[in-house]
Amino acid sequence: MNAAGGAEAATPLDARPGPREREPYLRISNLWKAFGDFVALRDVSLEIEQGEFVCFLGPSGCGKTTLLRAIAGLDPQSRGTIEQAGVDISTLPASRRDYGIVFQSYALFPNLTVRDNIAFGLENTRRPRREIDARVAELLQLVGLPEQARKYPTQLSGGQQQRIALARAIAIKPGLLLLDEPLSALDAKVRVHLRHEIKELQRKLGVTTIMVTHDQEEALSMADRIVVMNHGVIEQVGTPTEVYRHPATLFVADFVGETNKFESVLRDGNVRIGDVALQASTGAIAEGKPVTVAVRPEDILPHPAAHADDGQPNVFRVQIEDMEFLGSYWRTHLRAAALRGAPLVSNFSMNAVRRLGLETGREISVELPAERVLVFPREG
Amino acid sequence: MDGTQIAMPPGKAVRLRVDRDGAIKRLFMVVIGLYLVIALALPLYAMMSRSLVTYSFDLTRYEFQVSDEAGNWGEPVSAAELNARLGRFAPTDLRTNTNGRLSATDFFPDFSFRSPVKYRLRGTTDNAPWLVGLDLKNTTAWQEYDSNTFRRVNLRPVASQGLQNYAEYFSNPALFSSIENSIFIATVSTVLTVVLAFGFAYAINRSCMPFKGSFRLVAMMPILVPSLLPGIALIYLFGNQGMLKEMLGGQSIYGPLGIVIGSVFFTFPHAFIIISTALSLADQRQYEAAESLRASKWRTFWIVTIPGARYGLISAAFVTFTLVITDFGLPKVIGGQYNVLAIDIYKQVIGQQNFEMGAVVSMILLIPAVVAFAVDRQMQKKQVSLLSARSVPFEPRPNRRFEMFCLAWCGAIAVFIMGIILVCQYAALVKFWPYDLSLSLNNYDFNRMDGGGWASYWNSIEMAALTAVIGTVVVFTGAYMVEKVDGFAAGRNVFQFLAMLPMAIPGMVLGLAYIFFFNNPANPLNAIYGTMAILVVSTVTHFYTVGHLTALTALKQIDAEFEPVASSLRQPFYRLFARVTVPVCLPAILDISIYLFVNAMTTVSAVVFLYSTQTTLASIAVLNMDDAGDIAPAAAMGMMIFYTNAVARILHAVVTRRVLVRTQAWRRR
Repeated sequence: MNAAGGAEAATPLDARPGPREREPYLRISNLWKAFGDFVALRDVSLEIEQGEFVCFLGPSGCGKTTLLRAIAGLDPQSRGTIEQAGVDISTLPASRRDYGIVFQSYALFPNLTVRDNIAFGLENTRRPRREIDARVAELLQLVGLPEQARKYPTQLSGGQQQRIALARAIAIKPGLLLLDEPLSALDAKVRVHLRHEIKELQRKLGVTTIMVTHDQEEALSMADRIVVMNHGVIEQVGTPTEVYRHPATLFVADFVGETNKFESVLRDGNVRIGDVALQASTGAIAEGKPVTVAVRPEDILPHPAAHADDGQPNVFRVQIEDMEFLGSYWRTHLRAAALRGAPLVSNFSMNAVRRLGLETGREISVELPAERVLVFPREG
Repeated sequence: MDGTQIAMPPGKAVRLRVDRDGAIKRLFMVVIGLYLVIALALPLYAMMSRSLVTYSFDLTRYEFQVSDEAGNWGEPVSAAELNARLGRFAPTDLRTNTNGRLSATDFFPDFSFRSPVKYRLRGTTDNAPWLVGLDLKNTTAWQEYDSNTFRRVNLRPVASQGLQNYAEYFSNPALFSSIENSIFIATVSTVLTVVLAFGFAYAINRSCMPFKGSFRLVAMMPILVPSLLPGIALIYLFGNQGMLKEMLGGQSIYGPLGIVIGSVFFTFPHAFIIISTALSLADQRQYEAAESLRASKWRTFWIVTIPGARYGLISAAFVTFTLVITDFGLPKVIGGQYNVLAIDIYKQVIGQQNFEMGAVVSMILLIPAVVAFAVDRQMQKKQVSLLSARSVPFEPRPNRRFEMFCLAWCGAIAVFIMGIILVCQYAALVKFWPYDLSLSLNNYDFNRMDGGGWASYWNSIEMAALTAVIGTVVVFTGAYMVEKVDGFAAGRNVFQFLAMLPMAIPGMVLGLAYIFFFNNPANPLNAIYGTMAILVVSTVTHFYTVGHLTALTALKQIDAEFEPVASSLRQPFYRLFARVTVPVCLPAILDISIYLFVNAMTTVSAVVFLYSTQTTLASIAVLNMDDAGDIAPAAAMGMMIFYTNAVARILHAVVTRRVLVRTQAWRRR
């Protein structure tokens, strides 16, 4: 019915303007979604640029999939508007929107061959068969499975199936590509490989892409920007490095990467943990407020024992309690008398461990650089 | 962030615009929903309200005026007053049914149709009907009749709402005793069937006994024949001129004994399937655990096997109970004077034309059926939760003595089932039992008997084929709408409820409800009454639920993301439906169609009220020929149904296999 018109309406890939144009490609304004009494999305607003690769990242139940399904028109939002390419699509049914979608389950049609799966969106559009076949061949080439056209999905591996699902989604040249946890069902090795491939493909096509994931590593390695969500709210939007290095909230710091956490109170721009006063980047937090201090394990820098910097700010003595070898680094459990016994986890590089001769039971000094000591206001 | 808990702004929830795809889906759902409303909800409602209607002559509504022989009119006097004066009718005499007529001359003891006396009659309200011959009058203006006409004046009853019918039913000991009889029959049959079927299923699932496949096949055979066929076989075996009559030691097969034996026969496959499914879910590890704890075989049976199968057992018991208590064919054929509820409905409606009382009995028959249905649904849910556990399938170990015992148990049951069918076959071929035992095909010459002849058989084929085709389309499409359409949740819930309802409605009740609904001249659908269409509609509706559940199960196994993918590819849902959903579900679709076909061939209960002389059916012919004393032809017609269903089953197996090979190549890795 509208398939012919819709496919035509999709902007041809080459004619699309480059990324970072003034007008955002997708604009989500004040989106709410309630399932009965449960509010799954809470006043969510977001802008996505043309050609961007954006990841919605968060724990299960944070609303990331709900947001994706609202954008796809599968479960409409309760309040708020969505604009795509300058058009208000808030009330358009899924079949009138311009996107391709890939699900965790791949959702390949089991009784159709790979060729027919990919051609599903192309047929029924008054396209000649020759053209369809050419397009299918092109897509199979693109996803690196040129020989598989006549096979059925169950005859392919999980990774291959996922690539076919991707080919099917981009066959109709959608303006927006939605990926709903596309890699979750795959083995770790295949996942890492496919991560790279999807990213490459996206860059080649320049198609604006939203991927939902709960895997921070996936988000960090693939996204141009990450949208971290929790309890139906966007906690932070930023590039992977921004999100990792400068988490906006304690939740983000905790969810993306690991942290050591301490409770404290802000005094004279310092935070005191046990007997140690740490200089920190405190931002706009008011004096005397209760805060949570977060330090990433890799931001704890080891110094040899009795280091010259002792007595300097943010340097104190610790005892190495335990070391776990994790391949590329040592996870080291520290205990500091100065912190009144609060445990501290750090990741020391192979080099540092060898250079400083670190081993269980030794006493060393560590430094927590002021700009890496993250401070967040505490509730209550 | 969590500190800023603002509430959702007020206003209406965003609703997506309905595109053509959505509109078509809704249209489909409305059409099929409407089908269920018309074919199920409205007839049931009509029946329920009819059971509450009582008819009586309201004498206060009529006024008479009589002239003398010279033509001078006397004072107007009400019929009630006349009755009081004469003491003619007691209040209970004035209760009647729809067909009640009260002759006006009853109020005038000295009436003579040759006298020159004239009579006037009028209503005092605008609802005071009377008949003059066949003309219905209902007016408050005086109508004048000469005495020759006046003798053809009959008062008609007026309807009122109330529970009198129920009161009357429960105060009638003969009718009330059929409740006891029904419960007795159903209980005894249930206990027997469940015990026998459990042993059978246990042997097939838990022993290394040989011939499992053949036993399974034999166990399913009773499904292929009408429920009244075992009755005919039992008459040949134990009836007044039965081959083995002496074995009963003077007991009569006509009555509870015959009904129970026949009921065990026709309910056996149903109980067997349910229990067998439950037993097939056993977890080897539980038995290994029991063994390592040195539990005895006997103890293991009671603490592992029975609890594991308990939902299946309870479910089987309720299904069997319902089948027996709602069955009409067997008690009709072999029940003798032993009255049960289903027979009461038939007698009230066909025999006495007392539709209101038929409706009352139907309402009572609904109670056990609805309870059984509710319990069964509950059990099914629990069974599913057992199924989802990842368990190690049970592997039976050889044990010679146990296998011999299993073989004996199953062998006995197989002999019983095969015996019944073979006796019918023998009865159909014997020229004139018990005097001329030579074999012939005379009994297959149905055109010489009552019951509609060969036309009945062809009607049945037509009806079953139509039911299979139309029913499968309706059932599968309906299930698809319930399972795969998003939005419209309220409508879908109502639909789901209606689709589950037929399981709880006995066929007799449905048939009677159809009379009330479709035989009403005010109903625009009245035209289908007495046609093939109403038979097909009633049969599709009667067997709707099992097909619906089969379709739902198949659809639930399909990835829920197919629809979103198709609409993101801007393909209409019907293209996905035709290219993916239907092909993937084809085995289930074929199962639904064969189920509908076989049941349409054997059903008696719903259609017995609905067939006309143009649309007699084979199963009804069995009933009617048996009723007319042509038992051998009845057996022959029953066997025709058996052959047809057996062929249909084989055809189904072949087609399914070919379809699997051709269109389901993807299933092979």
